[in-house]
Amino acid sequence: MTVNFDLTTIWAFIIAFGVFAYVVMDGFDLGIGILFPTFRVGEGRNRAMNAIAPVWDGNETWLVLGGGGLFAAFPLAYAVILPATYPLIIAMLLGLVFRGVAFEFRWRDPAHRKYWDFAFFAGSLVAALAQGMTLGAILQGIEVADRAYAGSWWDWLTPYTLLTGLGVVAGYALLGACWLVWKLDGSAQDHAFKVAKRAAVATLAMLGAVSLYTPLLDETYWRRWFEAPGIYFASQVPLLTLIIAVLLFRSLAKRRDVAPFWLALGLFLLGMAGLGVSMWPYVVPDALTIWDAAAPERSQVFMLVGVAITMPLIIAYTGWAYWVFRGKVGAEGYH
Amino acid sequence: MFDGADALLLARIQFAFTVSFHFIFPAFSIGLASYLAVLEGLWLRTGRDLYLDLFRYWLKIFAVAFAMGVVSGLVMSYQFGTNWAVFSDKAGPVIGPLMAYEVLTAFFLEAGFLGVMLFGMERVGRKLHFTATLMVAAGTFVSAFWILSVNSWMQTPQGFETGANGQFLPGDSWIEIIFNPSFPYRLVHTVIAAYLTTAFAVGGVGAWHLLRDRGNLHARKMFSMAMWMAALVAPVQIFMGDAHGLNTLEHQPAKVMAMEGHFQSHPDGAPLILFGIPDQEAQKVHLAIEVPKLSSLILKHALDAPLAGLDTIAPADQPPVGIVFWAFRIMVALGFGMLGIGLWSLLARARGKLYAWPWLHRAALVMAPSGFVAVIAGWVTTEVGRQPWAVYGLLRTADAASPLAAPAVGASLLGFVIVYFVCFSIGTWYILRLMKKAPQPHEGGVEQSESGPVRTAGVTPGPARHEARRGEGTDRP
Ligand code: HDD
Ligand code: HEM
Ligand code: HEM
Repeated sequence: MTVNFDLTTIWAFIIAFGVFAYVVMDGFDLGIGILFPTFRVGEGRNRAMNAIAPVWDGNETWLVLGGGGLFAAFPLAYAVILPATYPLIIAMLLGLVFRGVAFEFRWRDPAHRKYWDFAFFAGSLVAALAQGMTLGAILQGIEVADRAYAGSWWDWLTPYTLLTGLGVVAGYALLGACWLVWKLDGSAQDHAFKVAKRAAVATLAMLGAVSLYTPLLDETYWRRWFEAPGIYFASQVPLLTLIIAVLLFRSLAKRRDVAPFWLALGLFLLGMAGLGVSMWPYVVPDALTIWDAAAPERSQVFMLVGVAITMPLIIAYTGWAYWVFRGKVGAEGYH
Repeated sequence: MFDGADALLLARIQFAFTVSFHFIFPAFSIGLASYLAVLEGLWLRTGRDLYLDLFRYWLKIFAVAFAMGVVSGLVMSYQFGTNWAVFSDKAGPVIGPLMAYEVLTAFFLEAGFLGVMLFGMERVGRKLHFTATLMVAAGTFVSAFWILSVNSWMQTPQGFETGANGQFLPGDSWIEIIFNPSFPYRLVHTVIAAYLTTAFAVGGVGAWHLLRDRGNLHARKMFSMAMWMAALVAPVQIFMGDAHGLNTLEHQPAKVMAMEGHFQSHPDGAPLILFGIPDQEAQKVHLAIEVPKLSSLILKHALDAPLAGLDTIAPADQPPVGIVFWAFRIMVALGFGMLGIGLWSLLARARGKLYAWPWLHRAALVMAPSGFVAVIAGWVTTEVGRQPWAVYGLLRTADAASPLAAPAVGASLLGFVIVYFVCFSIGTWYILRLMKKAPQPHEGGVEQSESGPVRTAGVTPGPARHEARRGEGTDRP
């Protein structure tokens, strides 16, 4: 049992890493989609698109890893969460279909570009909202009986999940704006700075609201956040968030190119830590721990070998691909 | 209004719909990625601009097809959990790791190098760019490897133990799971199918442009390359299909009975039913046109060999015969049609008339979509023939579904149908539009689709394009 304990914990961290990598990378390109209508038709939009065109597919692959990894390492969690959030997952997938094809289609058909631009925006927005609401639906609890989802099919729709959904939309918009600050120059960059400030305000407001709401949802959360020993660790999270928020606003005011993006990432990392405080060691709060849902040791070991060998390579060539397309992007860049 | 049976049926329709759409794109992009690698390799070796033009031409088409493959694939990876939750819980420990390996070794590879392949020619130089193309091509193959292993395990499961909670658990050896009995056949047959699909699509485009201008050098090159593939690979595919069928006969006899339309057992030589109308209720084939004993000859290599029929299978365990029977015939007919084109092209080539026989070009044009139809027909044969099992002989499809209400599944099915038809028909139309234009000397790359010249901001353009131009003129009289 001790070996199993370690492996399952390792896998929980690997999945958490995959989800974080996804949120960060697809986060900024979904964010650009969310902000798309605010960019000027023509050059502004073309440049925003070019800032992600060579990397979006790689970014989205982390979502496949998140889903596939959950399926492989915690099959029961996968089998419970997906039916419970069914409409959200379907909406997310359909949104991603629209925005994914828009990348190619908008260049193929200038006459209908405005429709594909809209599809890019709407698809990104729906996907982000659905992801945030899924997170909320997991946090607020899922009814499980007999290794299966036992709730009704509207359980996922509550004020709380709407709040988390909007929170993720705001957060992605912030990431997207900061990425554009990094990748653009001239008037397009000015615009990105302006949007980034607004998105930062919105993100922090939503973060605050969700943080206040969550402990009220359930007594367990309250205890984890406000009673010893949880509070010693938990209280660091809001504190650091505050510090990073201040730094973020300063770097935006000073028109730094690169710092805002990394600081926005910091906010997400803290959000993730907060999630850890609330959930650990549950995958489905109060119903399934990671050990309940874990795949057998043989499956975990086999995959761990794969991850150990391939993950460094993946990070290396993904990094290389980003490096190849470094620098500011032009309007007609590589598309 | 709805009950559990409806939810199950809707879930099956939804899976069949989304996976069929998905597979159309990989079938093309597996083949096209390799074709692009060959074109770029030839360009690097010979320096002839003709190859670079063709590379750029097909790269644009690849970009559109690939995007559709990716988004439809993403849908697939969540379908297991949304619609087949019981299956996911039970089979997850065995097939989940294989699918995780697919992500780790294939999807990241494809996606990581795709950006460089599409947009990076100017930035990384020729050698590295070629490497990126090779990586993408390798990624598509590795992807097929893992997912077909998963599918084959569901067809011919082995190497597992059954856990206390009814889960399938991996046994001692993953090799046994990965290389389950039907996998090698399925892998070879499917990858060749992807190559043939691409060859006929490329050949059809070449034929179309030859019909308009017989002297078009680009069209000639495409057509000739495609016809070599058809002539050499179609016979291999038929041979492999036969081998695959023999393997299926060993492991899933009921599927072969359905393919053959054999309701009755034949103790002394079974006929080959060419056509007929299978009637599952009456358990017979109406209006059958048969060749006596031929089925025994094909399947058992002896005229009088006995062959069991569906009368040995309980009705509850029989697959739907009509669908399997017809889908199989469509695939096989197209396979022989492909062989016919291949042989015809050899004859034309031998006579020096490959670019001069309009009827050959017309036939190739008609056959352009044949690969897509054949692969879907093949998969329908395979998957419907597996019914009523999700994991063959062990887990029934009816027991594999999620606890979902029919309206939820119905609504999402409607969503998929609408979104897929809108997005993928428009995408297909864009591809056809790209194909309609003949490849040009100095064909633009993906990066030139926007009007006006290329401007790569921030970096000095690499040497790729300029060097390549040196060989100019050699191709064009
Ligand atoms: C270009 C596509 C193509 C062509 C021309 C053929 N096939 Fe095929 N066939 C496939 C593409 C395909 C496929 C899509 O790749 C399948 C579906 C699942 C699989 O393993 O391969 C398949 C399945 C499949 C199966 C089912 C195996 C099983 O489910 O266990 C059999 C028996 C054959 N094929 C046999 C043939 C024969 C005898 C052919 C000769 C004319 C033939 N196929 C041509
Ligand atoms: C890409 C080519 C494929 C096509 C066109 C295809 C087609 C189909 C069809 C038509 C069905 C419905 C059968 C029925 O319910 O009567 C089905 C079911 C199914 N297939 Fe496939 N399939 C493909 C590949 C795969 C692969 C690679 C897997 C495994 C990873 C898979 C797993 C399943 C599952 C889980 C079901 C639902 C359960 C069932 O109905 O048996 N399929 N598929
Ligand atoms: C139910 C079965 C299947 C699932 C769950 C599935 C899943 C996926 C996913 C998630 C992607 C997107 C990867 C990315 O983000 O880059 C994808 C793309 C792809 N899939 Fe599938 N797939 C299935 C069936 C198949 C089959 C049967 C084949 C081939 C034999 C195949 C070959 C590919 C290839 C080559 C790609 C790359 C994109 C493209 O070529 O269009 N898939 N698939």
